[in-house]
This record gives sequence, C-alpha cells and structure tokens, in this order.
Amino acid sequence: MADAEAVLELADVHKSYGTGTALEIEILHGIDLQLQRGEFAALIGPSGSGKSTLLNLIGLLDRPTGGHLAIDGQATTKLDDGALTRLRGRRIGFVFQHHLLIPAFTALENVMMPMLVDRGRPDAEMRERAATLLEQVGLGERMDNPASQLSGGQQQRVAIARALVMQPALVLADEPTGNLDTHSADDVFALMRAINVARQTTFLIVTHDQRLAARCDRRIELVDGRIVADVKTA
Amino acid sequence: MHPWLPFEWIAATRFLREGRMQSLLIIVGVGVGVSVIVFMSALLSGLQSNLVKRTLSSQAHIVLLPPEEVARPQTEDAGNGLGPLIQKQAQRLRSIDQWQKLRARLSTLPEIAAVSPVASGPAFAVRGDANKSVTVLGIEPENYIRVVALDEKMVAGSLRLNAGEALIGIELAKDVGAGVGDKLRLNSSNGATDTLIITGLFDLGNKGVNARNVYVSLRSAQTLLDLVGGISSIDIGLVDIYGAEKLAQRLAAETGLQADSWIKTNAQFFTALTSQRVSSNVIRFFVGLSVAFGIASVLVVSVVQRAKEIGILRAMGATRGQLLRTFLLQGGIVGLCGSLIGSALAALFLALWQTLARNADGTPLFVISVEPGLVFIAAAGATLVGTLAAFIPARRAAGLDPVVAIRG
Repeated sequence: MADAEAVLELADVHKSYGTGTALEIEILHGIDLQLQRGEFAALIGPSGSGKSTLLNLIGLLDRPTGGHLAIDGQATTKLDDGALTRLRGRRIGFVFQHHLLIPAFTALENVMMPMLVDRGRPDAEMRERAATLLEQVGLGERMDNPASQLSGGQQQRVAIARALVMQPALVLADEPTGNLDTHSADDVFALMRAINVARQTTFLIVTHDQRLAARCDRRIELVDGRIVADVKTA
Repeated sequence: MHPWLPFEWIAATRFLREGRMQSLLIIVGVGVGVSVIVFMSALLSGLQSNLVKRTLSSQAHIVLLPPEEVARPQTEDAGNGLGPLIQKQAQRLRSIDQWQKLRARLSTLPEIAAVSPVASGPAFAVRGDANKSVTVLGIEPENYIRVVALDEKMVAGSLRLNAGEALIGIELAKDVGAGVGDKLRLNSSNGATDTLIITGLFDLGNKGVNARNVYVSLRSAQTLLDLVGGISSIDIGLVDIYGAEKLAQRLAAETGLQADSWIKTNAQFFTALTSQRVSSNVIRFFVGLSVAFGIASVLVVSVVQRAKEIGILRAMGATRGQLLRTFLLQGGIVGLCGSLIGSALAALFLALWQTLARNADGTPLFVISVEPGLVFIAAAGATLVGTLAAFIPARRAAGLDPVVAIRG
C-alpha cells in the first residue's frame, strides 16, 4: 500500500450516520481507493450513491466511522480537529458547485484567503502569488473587483485559483461546472486540465456530466456506497 | 488589506462593512445606550459632587466630642423591679482629655487629611444696641482651613486671627451693623467678656451659619469660654469623604470619645445621595444589558447569514479559534464604535442641558462635563460588553459543521 506517490489512500472506509441509534444508516460500505500524484479522476454515480459523503471524508470535512484514510502519506483518523484543519488547509484545495467566494473580499483577496488563514497576516508574497495565479486563470484584469461582481464562470476560475494557491497535493471539485453554461463549463474544465498537466496536481472531480467524465483519465463509479467500477482510460 | 492586521481583524472589519445597514443600526443603537449611561453618570456625579460640596462647605467630615456625661445611680437595682429614677445629666462645656496627644496620633492616620482643634461655645455679640446670640469658635486658622475651606469663603477683609481679632459671617455683620475694622464685644455666659476687631467677613453659603459663627483664635476662645488649655472638639478632614462613618465608628471605639461623621449628621441627605446612586446604577445596568442583547442578536443573525462563508473558510483551513475571534472582535468593534458615538451624543446632551437648566438668575445650576476618564471607562466597558455579547454567536460560528454549512 505504501506508495510514495500516493496522494490519497482509503482502505475499507465506512461511514454511518446516527451511530448508536435505532436509525443508524451506513452510507459507505468499505471503500478502497488510491489516487496517485498527477491523476485526473472523475467520481460518478447516481444521486444518493454517497459521492458527496465520500468527498467530505476525503476533504477532511467529516470523519469516517471506520477504516483508514491518509492524505499525502499522513494517516488522518487519529488527528484532532486543529491538525485536520491545518492539513486540509495546506494539502487540499476545494472547488464547489456554487463557487462560494466570500463576497466581502475582492477576487485577489479571495485567492489569498487560504494563505492568510494559514499564516495569520497578509504579506507581499501572498499578494504576488495570488496575482500570478489570477493571471494564469485569465482574470488578471479583474483582481480588485469584489467577488460578488464577477460572472459565474469568472467566480469559478477565482475559486480554482484559490484552490491552488497553497500548492495542494489534491484538488477536490464538487460539480465544478454544474452551475455554468456549456461554454464556461468547457473553459473551466480545460483550465483544470491544464493545471493538472502543468503542475502534476491531482484532481478528483465529482460530476453528473458523462461528457465531462469521459474526458478524465480515470472514472470511479459509486453505486449505493460501493465502488462498482474503476476504469482508467489514459 | 493592511499588511499588519491579522486575519481576524481583516475579516471582522470586512464583515461589518459588508453588512452596512445592519452594522450602522446596531452601532447607533449601542451609541444611544452608551449616551444615556454617560449622560446620566456625568449629570449625577456633577450633581452629587456639587451637593456634597455645598453640604460640606461649613462642616468637618468627622467631629470628635467629649463623651456625654451620665449620672451614676447611687443605689443599685436590687432586683425588686424598682429601679432608681435617674434624671438625665445636663451637659457642661468640657475639654477633651489629652487632646494634644490625640491630635498627634490622628495626624498619623493615612485616612485623615487634616486635624483641627476647636474650642467652641455660646456667647452674645454686642455692638451698640444690637445683641445677638452667637457661637464662638476658637480655631487655628492654618489647620482649620484644611477642614473647612474658610479661606475660599472670605468675602471681605482677610483670614487673619491674632489675639483680639475675629471673623464674622455676612449675616451677623448685617445684624449688628459692623464691617471689617469695626469692634465687636463678645459676652460669654460665665461673665467673661472680650472686645475684638473684625478682620474679615465670610459667606459659608448657609444663612444660619453666617448669622451665628464667630471665629476667633483658639486662645481667645479658651479664655472667653473658661476652657484654658482645653478644646471642645476636634474637627477632622478626610481623604475619602464616603469613608467617614466607618472611620468615625473606629475612632469612637478607640478613643472613647463621641465621633460624629457628616454622614450621620446629614443622614437624610446621605440616604438621598445613596438611593440616587443605586437607582442610577440599576438604570445603567439595564441599559447595558439591552445593549448587550442588541449586539448579540445582530451577530446571531450575521452568523446565520454567513453560514456558507464560515463553512468555506473552515474548508480553506481557518480554525475554530480564528472564527471565534473574528466574531468576538465584531462585537468588540461594535461596542467601541458605539461608545464613541455615545460619548459624543452625551456631550451634546450635556451642552443642551446646561443651556436649558439654569437658575432663576440665568447662571448654570452647576457645572457638569464629560470627563475624559468617563469616556475612557465607557469605551472600555462597551468594548467589553460587546465582546461578551458576541460570545454566543461567536461560539455558534466556530462550532458550525462545515459540511452542513457549505451544503446548507
């Protein structure tokens, strides 16, 4: 199992809700999954199959009820909340369906935010790094716009820049194009792909969009809390 | 984004600025509350210090007197229920025993600011056909003015009391038709008599006192009242006037003398002061409480509104502590800004009040002002109240489950 290049490692991961009550429901029944550095994978499956639950576990937003979960080689099951938060902030980037920028801040400041919460105070280097990333996602002109005044596609590009600013090992994208028109969706997808190729950042993309999934290197299909297919196409 | 500010400050100020209307309304609300507190405090302390000053202008904080003389029964109560009928002893004018030693010891107590021996007794002031009953007070002027600020009350002549000199009040001066430089004869009840030159007139702000008190040197009074070498009371000035009653009881117990504090001799006045203070404290407390509830409720709403943003911040690596502090700070900032507005409002109210509330002759009732110290206390207090009020919402923000917050 111990692969030096394994960015994500899940072994027999279970997740239940309502543990210890009569209403206990197990959502995930023993997930085994590994993602290597530089992989570009799609997680697909019908609604209610446990995709979001699995993504929350991998993103360290929630804890599994059983099994082993390691990010970047570090086992997470025994970490406390503070250590999980730090690990999440430094090693994982998030891109959500609903963009979720913080409207009180500009595009640039939103991109700086993960560095700011990690280091406590802003500095010139943060600003530079965030500006460079915004230029790379094609928003160099709109850096100082309030986040609320950007279009959907622009917001999602800001969110991608924000997800990358800490140089994470893994970017988790939950329906990143779900709220965009076809043209913007292709743009955003192409951007993620380009970053994946250029930086060898691992991506795990949850999507309903078969067309999008087909363009990923690997397709993991989840049905009723079990992985039923795991196909590498590249 | 200022480079020297930590994340919590940046986020707190941005959140407040973004929720413009909400923030403005609550800050003004806090300001109104603080202005009431500051205005009341300034008004009350002005009023009280004025009243106390007027009351204490002509009396000592504590007066030590010889113990009351009691008649001792010659026969004991034999248990037959027939106690002797004792007539109450008439009180003579007597000296305090060993008063020089007592005075030296009193002077060493840290609570005591000034000690002044006084020999006082009744006499008649005679000038021409006028004959007025007066109280002769023999004093050492240099000590006495530290207990009763007689030097500030002089309206004519000067405060000088050599042998054969006297200070009288403006009422007495009118009654006997005398002025500075005139002579006045004093006849005491035991037949002694003395003719004095009036060196000054005083106005202690009390008509009775101005008509009755005649200040002479201690030695003149001792001769006149047949108290040679003795004194009838020791007047004491204190550092903390509100500690008078406590100290008076202690002194009475230690010396065996009768000790009357100004609090006891002006019991009703003091009760009025105290109840005024208590009622204003109650009002201040409840105003403070409603300010706190206002801040808390606005921040609770803000946490609900920002649930998603809080969730995303948590996902990006913001710790519970960072979010807790961000919301505590918002409470503190609201309190601080509100207190500054409130102090300004209070200063405005006071200025208005002083132009409206005037004596019949158009002079202000008394001087009140917003002291810098009061503004500082209000600012510190409001900041603290705001921070405490933010505690519940801040804990909610810190405790939000990011999974639920982001999805919600």
